Order: sequence, then C-alpha cells, then structure tokens
Amino acid sequence: MTDNTVKPADPTALSADAQAPRVEQESRWTTAMRAFRTAPLTAWFGMIVILLYILVAIFAPALAPFGEREIVADAFEIPDDTYLLGTDQLGRDMLSRMIYAARNTVGIALITTILSFLLGSFLGMMAAVMGGWTDNILSRIVDVLMSIPQLIFALLLLTIVGANVVNMILVIALLDSTRVYRLMRAVGMNIVVMDYVEAAKLRGEGLVWLIRKEILPNAMAPLIAEFGLRFCFVFLTIAALSFLGLGIQPPTADWGTMVRDNAQLITFGEIIPLYPAAAIALLTVAVNFVVDWMLHRSSGLKE
Amino acid sequence: MHPIAKMALQRLALGVFTLFVVSIIIAGAVEFLPGDLAQEILGQSATPEAVAAFRAEVGLDKPPVERYFSWLGGVAQGDFGVSLATKRPISDLIAARLGNTLFLAGFAALIAVPLAVTLGMLAALYRNSWFDRLVNVSTLSSISFPEFFVAYVLILFLSVGYGFDARWVLAVLGLLLLVEGGGAVKSALKDSGRFSFIGAIVGVLGLALVVNAVFSWWTYQVEPVQAFPSISNISPNTPFGERVYRSFLPALTLTLVVTAHMMRMTRASIINLMASPYIEMARLKGMSPGRIIFKHALPNALAPIINVIAINLAYLITGVVVVEVVFVYPGLGQLLVDSVSKRDITVVQGCCLIFAATYILLNLTADILAIATNPRLLHPK
Repeated sequence: MTDNTVKPADPTALSADAQAPRVEQESRWTTAMRAFRTAPLTAWFGMIVILLYILVAIFAPALAPFGEREIVADAFEIPDDTYLLGTDQLGRDMLSRMIYAARNTVGIALITTILSFLLGSFLGMMAAVMGGWTDNILSRIVDVLMSIPQLIFALLLLTIVGANVVNMILVIALLDSTRVYRLMRAVGMNIVVMDYVEAAKLRGEGLVWLIRKEILPNAMAPLIAEFGLRFCFVFLTIAALSFLGLGIQPPTADWGTMVRDNAQLITFGEIIPLYPAAAIALLTVAVNFVVDWMLHRSSGLKE
Repeated sequence: MHPIAKMALQRLALGVFTLFVVSIIIAGAVEFLPGDLAQEILGQSATPEAVAAFRAEVGLDKPPVERYFSWLGGVAQGDFGVSLATKRPISDLIAARLGNTLFLAGFAALIAVPLAVTLGMLAALYRNSWFDRLVNVSTLSSISFPEFFVAYVLILFLSVGYGFDARWVLAVLGLLLLVEGGGAVKSALKDSGRFSFIGAIVGVLGLALVVNAVFSWWTYQVEPVQAFPSISNISPNTPFGERVYRSFLPALTLTLVVTAHMMRMTRASIINLMASPYIEMARLKGMSPGRIIFKHALPNALAPIINVIAINLAYLITGVVVVEVVFVYPGLGQLLVDSVSKRDITVVQGCCLIFAATYILLNLTADILAIATNPRLLHPK
C-alpha cells in the first residue's frame, strides 16, 4: 500500500532502489571478509580455539579413548602411554573425562545463557516498547534482584530448591537475565524513539511486527557481543558452583567438579588438577578475545 | 543544610530501604520457592510427627509475616537465630569469620587498588603502545580465569615447590622487545629514512634476553620455591604478622582477579575523559601533558575511578567465596558454602544478609564519594 502512495519523481531512482538490496548484501559480505582479514591475532586465536572446542564437544565419543564413566585403572595413576593424563580419584581416564566434559560443561553453560537471553531480552523489549507501568515494575524488580551479589543470591536459592543441574540452570538463567534485561531495555529505548519506528506505529503495525522487523534487527550487534560476555560469565559461575560441589553433580564429567575432585594432587606438586581448570580458562579467554574485537569494531567510529 | 549532606542522607535512606527489601527477599524466598525444607532435611523416611516437631522447633509453623518480623528484630540486635544443623547460635559462628573475611578482602584491596589505578592510568596515557597492548591481553586473560585456576597456579608455583621458572617471563618479554624494537627501526626507516637508535637498542636488549634465557635452560635448573602455606589456617589468637603471612596466597589470588577488572575499567574511563573537548582544547593551547593530566583530567576522573573501585570491591565479595574454599580459610564464604551443602537455611540467610549489606554499603559509599568529588552530579540532566 505504501508503494502506491509514494511515487518516485525519477524512474531511474526506482531502478536503483530495486537493485539496492542485492548491492547491499554484497557489500556486507565484503565488509565481513575484510573484517576477518584485518582481525587482530588475538581474535584469530579466539576463533580457532572456539572452533576446536565445538569440534571436541561434537565428536567427544569418537575422540575419547575410554568411556565417560568407565573405571579403567587404579585411582590417581600417573600419566603413561595408555592414560595420557593419568586417572582420577576413582580410576577413570582423565583425558576421556576432559573430552566428555567439553560436551557437558559447555553445553550446560550454553543452554543457561540461551535461557537467560530469551527471558532477559523478551522482558527488556517489553519494557522498552510498552514503557509506563510495565517498564517501571520490571525495572524495580530487576533493581532489587541486582542489589544482591549474584553468586551469593544463587547460593541462597540453591539452598532452598536444592543443588542439582536443572535447578542450577534455572537459577543462574534467572539471575543473569537481569543483566540482559538492562542492556536490551537500554538499546531498545534508543531505537523506539527513532522516526522509522514512529512511522511503523502510525502505519498501524502490531507489537510483534514492531519488535521483529524494526527493533530486533537494529539491536542485533550489541546483543551478539553481549551474548559472548554473558556466556563467559555464566560459564565461570557454573564452573565456580561445580567447583564448590553445588553445580553439575557426579558422575557427569565436568571441568569444575574435576578440579575439585583432584585438587588434593596439587599439594604433591602434580599439575593434573590444573588441566580442567585451564580448559575453562582457555575457552573464556578465547570468547573474550573475540568479543573484545567485535566491541572494538562496533565502537571503531567513536575512537 | 549543605546540599551534599542532604544528598548523602537521601542516599543513606535509600540504602536502608534497599536493605529492607533485600531482607524480605532473603527471608521470603523460602516461602515462595517450591520444596518442603523440613521434609528434605529430615529425609523422605521421616514421620509426619517428626516433621511437625522440627517445624515447631525451628518456628516454621508460625505465619510467615510474624516469623519475618521476629527474625528482623533479632538481626537488628545482632541475633541471627540458631543454625538448623548444629543448633548453635549463628552470631557465634559468624562473628569470628566475618573479621577474617574482612581482613582478607582488605588485604587484597590494599594491594589491588593502588596497583590497578596506577597501571590503568599508564595504559590509558600510553594508549596503543606495546605496554598498553600487553596490559590489554594479559588483563583480558586474567578476567577470564576462574578464581580457583589462579589460586591453584599460585599454590603450584609459590607453595608446593613446583619450581617457577622466571626465565619464561624473561624470554617472552625479550621476544616482545625484539619485535617492538625491530618494528620501530623498520617504520622509522620507511617514514623518514632515518635509523632509529632507540628502536635498535630495544631490539638488541630483547635479543639478549631471549638468548640469555635459551642458554641458561641448558646450564642450570631452578630452585623450587616453597615460600607460602597452601592452607591458611588462622585462629583468633594468631599474631598479626603470622596472619599476613598465612593469608598471603589467598590475598594475592584475589588481587590478581580484581586488579585486571579494575585496571580495564580505569583505563576505559580515562580514555573516555581524554577524548572530551576541553582536554583537546588544553592540548591545543600547548599545555604540558603533566598539567593536562593533573590539573584538568584528574579532578574529573575521580568520580569514575571511585566507581570502578567500589564495583570491584563489591566483586571481591563473590571472589572471596571460592578463594576461601580453595585455601580452607576460616571465613564467611567457607561457612556459606558449607551451610549451602548442608541446606542449613538459617545460616545461609544470615551470611547472605551480611554479604548483601556490605555490597549495598559499598555502592552507597561510591555514590556519595563520586558526587562529593564532582558536584555537577548533584544536578542530573
């Protein structure tokens, strides 16, 4: 309908318009390629490491020499040709558990982050679009939830509902969604006041259309960077809770729990408990490097 | 009344109100969330009579509102009730441990704050130099490390005698200097056709460091270090010097974790400030860099820096939980974790309230200090 009312003065302008989407897509592709080419070393390092982790997580059963819960030898065997990283406190192969943990730990962190994002960005968007009472009530609830340190609050909630994986996922997703809410609301607020959103509203577009077609596409860049940051944070929180014995429960292989179970070895000068801890550290470093590069690129105009 | 005093009072009232709401959440979470605590603590096989007796003993049979206000009244007088697991008064459990935790956090803050602020400012001033890049990469990495990773690495190198090979550090530093010096020489030649002596000296120094490290790996082994205890057992009558010595490793862990955060945020806020028009004006007038920083930038940088410090001290609170568990340090965090696994809800509530109060207090102090150093914040736009 809008097409009929707006008549271009110049027919050539129309043809240029018609070609615009294709041209823009090509240029977007080339910008992406250029961005990859000019990416700093740290970002490349991060992307390669993340890819490796994904591959290990997907092909865990094929890569691991032994089963996840299989007891193959005596407890705390030193590394040799069969058990490349030795065995753990029950005699399970350390390397196999490390590989399976890539699947469990990263998978659980990813599920939690996605949940937290769905909840946080949905509510944040509602607050931005609806404003008024909805915004006020939601924001006050979030303020109160954020006035207790996150890990402490998580510990309190886990005491009440009981410490297990499902509860941990729900509790962390809920607490972390407050941060996503803040960002989504702030970003959304800036977009809602734009003229094109106003125009869409005047055209009589519904709420869902407004969010899907006008706001979300423009909020994507900060949201993606935030997803990386939140993933790191959630991943570290889950690792900390598992390390404290309140997160992912045995016999599921998980890096945080593995550090806790084998920690006594460190007093004998063995570095084995450090391997799972280093696996956690390496992935968060990698994600942070990539996010840092993305943030730097998106703020590049300001500097 | 002085406007700042008035503002401080307002913030204080707001803080007390927040604390009140937080206490309602901490007490009310038990009611709203699913799960019957009495049943779960006593086990599935407990008889209904036993569960009822337990409820009466703990006071779970009274209506929630009455229970909340009697709890709050007790807390206001320093009485947190009794532990469900040990039946001991919680105030006794908390008292000594709170002091220990504050000591540890204070110790860490004392090292971390000056270190982080100085390094952050340097990184901001020498932006995009190799120092800045090194700082950026290393702080980004250490932010990403879980606290227990940092803790165990420190234990390995400084406590159990794994043998820390400082030559690695020297070799990496040498390599960096070599690349940097070489780059300087190259770009000077390309830009102005002149030979950069400083670049050459830096490069040769780097090369010397690398060569030295490589040769010394053939010739001798390092002595293992067993300088600090890996378990910080502290009792109320431990003398001060001993206390510092025994809590050195946990404090160092916390320092490393917090410094990275604090430094990055200091750097960012100073860079932000240095980009503002009045600094550019001062620079265009030909003012010396030192004068720009101390006369123009610093007074306005105080507010953001205070904020950064407060945020990170608040971050110390959560960091302390994991670090205390690693080092078996008798603090509040350790008590909290033990109580969570025993599902000793009354103790958990007490600990949470203290942690939350500290957190709110820190943020409040930061707010007030920031406004006191920058009166413009009294009049928000």
